[in-house]
Amino acid sequence: MTVLYTTDHEWLRIEGDTATIGITDHAQSQLGDIVFVELPKVGRQLKKAETAAVVESVKAASDVYAPITGEVLEVNDALSAEPALVNSDADGKAWLFKLRIADKSELGGLMNEAAYKAHTA
Amino acid sequence: MSTDVSEAPVLQRTPLHALHLARGGRLVPFAGHDMPVQYASGVLKEHLHTRAGAGLFDVSHMGQIALRPKSGKVGDAALALERLVPQDIVAVAPGRQRYALFTNAAGGLLDDLMVANFGDHLFLVVNGACKAADEAHLREHLSDVCTIEVLADRALVALQGPKAASVLAKACPEAPAMRFMDAGPHQVRIAGGAIACFVSRSGYTGEDGFEISIPAAQAEALVSGLLDDPDVMPVGLGARDSLRLEAGLCLYGHDIDATTTPVEAALEWSVQKSRRSGGARAGGFPGANVILPQFEQGASRRRVGLRPEGRAPVREGAPLFADASSSDPIGTVTSGGFGPSLNAPIAMGYLPPLHAAIGGTVFADVRGQRLPLRVSEMPFVPHNYKR
Repeated sequence: MTVLYTTDHEWLRIEGDTATIGITDHAQSQLGDIVFVELPKVGRQLKKAETAAVVESVKAASDVYAPITGEVLEVNDALSAEPALVNSDADGKAWLFKLRIADKSELGGLMNEAAYKAHTA
Repeated sequence: MSTDVSEAPVLQRTPLHALHLARGGRLVPFAGHDMPVQYASGVLKEHLHTRAGAGLFDVSHMGQIALRPKSGKVGDAALALERLVPQDIVAVAPGRQRYALFTNAAGGLLDDLMVANFGDHLFLVVNGACKAADEAHLREHLSDVCTIEVLADRALVALQGPKAASVLAKACPEAPAMRFMDAGPHQVRIAGGAIACFVSRSGYTGEDGFEISIPAAQAEALVSGLLDDPDVMPVGLGARDSLRLEAGLCLYGHDIDATTTPVEAALEWSVQKSRRSGGARAGGFPGANVILPQFEQGASRRRVGLRPEGRAPVREGAPLFADASSSDPIGTVTSGGFGPSLNAPIAMGYLPPLHAAIGGTVFADVRGQRLPLRVSEMPFVPHNYKR
């Protein structure tokens, strides 16, 4: 299992052909209290860099982009009832959606944990 | 994640800037000032604490102006100010304050403001983003009767919430006896001595509370003293916005602006009978010929409260439609977000009278989806003023 990061503050947990995607703890701390999460529909074909989800704080809505191309396999329905999970457990229970990875070569442009830490330092 | 990257303009700092940084404030540009949008506890906690205890807000970005009558008679300043606002200023008794509106020739609003009668002069509080234009407006139209003094060396803070009175009583014993919209000079005591402040029992959260104007040099000491009280939490502009939205109060530049009339904005209550058609001093303010007929005939649009039926916030700028499929918008959301006290999204916006009836349903376009909203009474959360 590998965890990769984007410059847009998303994390991807890679397990075989599946990527589980969420926003980083750094991102949630910048957004503040999350009150609503809009997730993509299962079966949607996402292209890299298109808007996949929206997380909303009291103050503003922020887009979450697809870090890679792929088909949405599953979404985290728990966030509908408890959007604040994004604040309390961004790296774990508050994953947003899972993708079937279309092109593994797209993973090449992402960061490992050390690089992401340096990026947000 | 999308992140905003904007050119950093040269920002002004309030006298409490260092205090905000020391207390973990997250500072953002607002009305040309570097202002705390929130502190470490976050918007939700700050909002809910203000409704339950006492929240302390720095609103020093707003303009404070003394309007002094050259004759020495405050009534002359009041009459002069009535040239620019449709409110009855003459009737504002010494020690009292009133909400007012600067209008333009088209009947639109240049700003909303507070006007207090301090006995020998009027004390005005205007919006930060409008203060330079407001000052010029006052100088252009009132300099024959008044001297206009911008009080640039003062901070302004708001102490808001059900515990505001008991907190302020420790430093200002006469505060609890004040009624909503009482205003005047008061001594506020701190460890180092007494500070000459202007205190009004008012605010912009819907809660009981006070606005306190403090000489800049003593602002940090006074505010630090207030924040030492366990009932008081520092609150940023994020929660200020969600509190005022729940209270159904307008934000200038969003819910009201140079194109909205008082009647369109549902602010008729702020225009006293003496200034309306048939009143003792009817008209005589910019745009009266547009505004006064609207009291009888109504306007082509009206500001209403909106309650989205789902969980998704509907934000400023969202177009409103009469039904789920029509392509022509009938109105726009002017403020929208999440109401922490209601644990639900709330909004306000403008609709034609036909669609502005309480209980009706309209639809907003949010990211390509049509979301239903119920037209709702305001305030969304009952006001808690000490009248």
